[in-house]
Amino acid sequence: MNIILSLTVSFLAVFGLVVIAFLGVWAAHLDVLFGVIIPYLAVITFFVGIVYRVVKWGKCPVPFRIPSTCGQQKTLPWIKRTYVDKLDNPSNMLGVVGRMFLEVVCFRSLFRNLKLQFGDGQYVKYTSAKWLWLGAIVFHYSFLIVLIRHLRFFTDPLPLFVKVTENIDGFFQIFLPTLYQSGFLLGAAVTYLLLRRVLDAKLRFISLPADYFPLFLILGLLTTGILMRYVLKTDVVSIKELTMGLIHFNPVVPEGVSSLFYIHLFLVSVLFAYLPFSKLSHMAGVFLSPTRNLSNNNRMVRHINPWDYPVKVHTYEAYEDDFREKMRDAGLPLDKE
Amino acid sequence: MYDGGKIITGVVIGLALLTFPFWYNLGRAVTKADPKLPTKEKQCVEPKAYMKTKHMQLLDLWRDSTVRAAKRSYIGFNGVKYDMSLQNTCMSPDCHSKKTEFCDQCHNYTAVVPYCWDCHIPPKEEKPKEVKPKEE
Repeated sequence: MNIILSLTVSFLAVFGLVVIAFLGVWAAHLDVLFGVIIPYLAVITFFVGIVYRVVKWGKCPVPFRIPSTCGQQKTLPWIKRTYVDKLDNPSNMLGVVGRMFLEVVCFRSLFRNLKLQFGDGQYVKYTSAKWLWLGAIVFHYSFLIVLIRHLRFFTDPLPLFVKVTENIDGFFQIFLPTLYQSGFLLGAAVTYLLLRRVLDAKLRFISLPADYFPLFLILGLLTTGILMRYVLKTDVVSIKELTMGLIHFNPVVPEGVSSLFYIHLFLVSVLFAYLPFSKLSHMAGVFLSPTRNLSNNNRMVRHINPWDYPVKVHTYEAYEDDFREKMRDAGLPLDKE
Repeated sequence: MYDGGKIITGVVIGLALLTFPFWYNLGRAVTKADPKLPTKEKQCVEPKAYMKTKHMQLLDLWRDSTVRAAKRSYIGFNGVKYDMSLQNTCMSPDCHSKKTEFCDQCHNYTAVVPYCWDCHIPPKEEKPKEVKPKEE
């Protein structure tokens, strides 16, 4: 699919969702559907879907360790291994935990991203390319902080870690209501990740609507959220009554909640429901990366392929037993006379 | 399932973290914001719906107007002239005289901590009488 079509399809999909939610609440007054039923269905889809996918991944055998690493593996005692090798090419559980920690928390694979460039003459050179890593880390951590901040609608009283997060996020006390940096950093990061796909020819070539749609969806969420908090304003007390009703399984639909809120809620419901079906399930999948979560012990432990089935073999001894007379007549050498 | 033990442990930890709001609120009473409206004064400077969602922006405007431009009068939506003052207009004895019964109700419910009180002093309220130890 070409870029124009991909962008159009995914943009229209998100725009359609906005229109559906807006018309559903503003014209058809389906507050209960958009405020209670769809969020519950989305959350159920999310949990069932993600567990189903993880179990499905768990059922796939990974018979051999895949040591696609850059470190020296454990071998003869006089071959030196530094702590970098132990982390990059671990031979035990501790090293694997370290490698997974760096992967999940610091996005080490992205950090090691390289760019191939032409050097002098016929040589090529690899240079460090950290922009993707930077965009990704800003995006993911801002999103995490935004999620944690949203717990103020889902907890009562507020846990300490949410208060601390809010205070740090609104540290500069700019604007009123206090401007949260994470929202705007998230916007910048999503914009970068989108532009990166659009402007880089190689990425443009491999990008599909499945790549653009989540970015547009998150941009839509962000826009409605920022509009609600800073510009158009909504009745936060009624919204909390609605969200707390959902959490206590005692749903209430208060009057006077703006349709903007329902658009926001519908988009987040779609994001939750879409997550297990899409590439966004890397949220769970990263923990099951076989090249990252298995120690390189191919030389220490024998790994048996679980899908090896017993093969019927005809050994040489049996062959000789079958044809001994004929072989002797033909003058062929025999192991057993 | 291969490495089922580890994967299931991971799934359980993940679900426990993701369902945090559900189990955190288990058994906690459902609270409600219940701001008490003033008995004497019936009309605010702007309509109720506006005040409900945008009062912080109005107060911010008032702050900037009085502190930076020294303009202290505000014409309300019904043409009445008000003195721009949080402590003397909004929280005058005839209006929202008790911070705990008005402001704090919604702010505490939605966990908002406005920084008004970094500078302003809320009107004194009678505290519920405590049993003081007798001085002898």
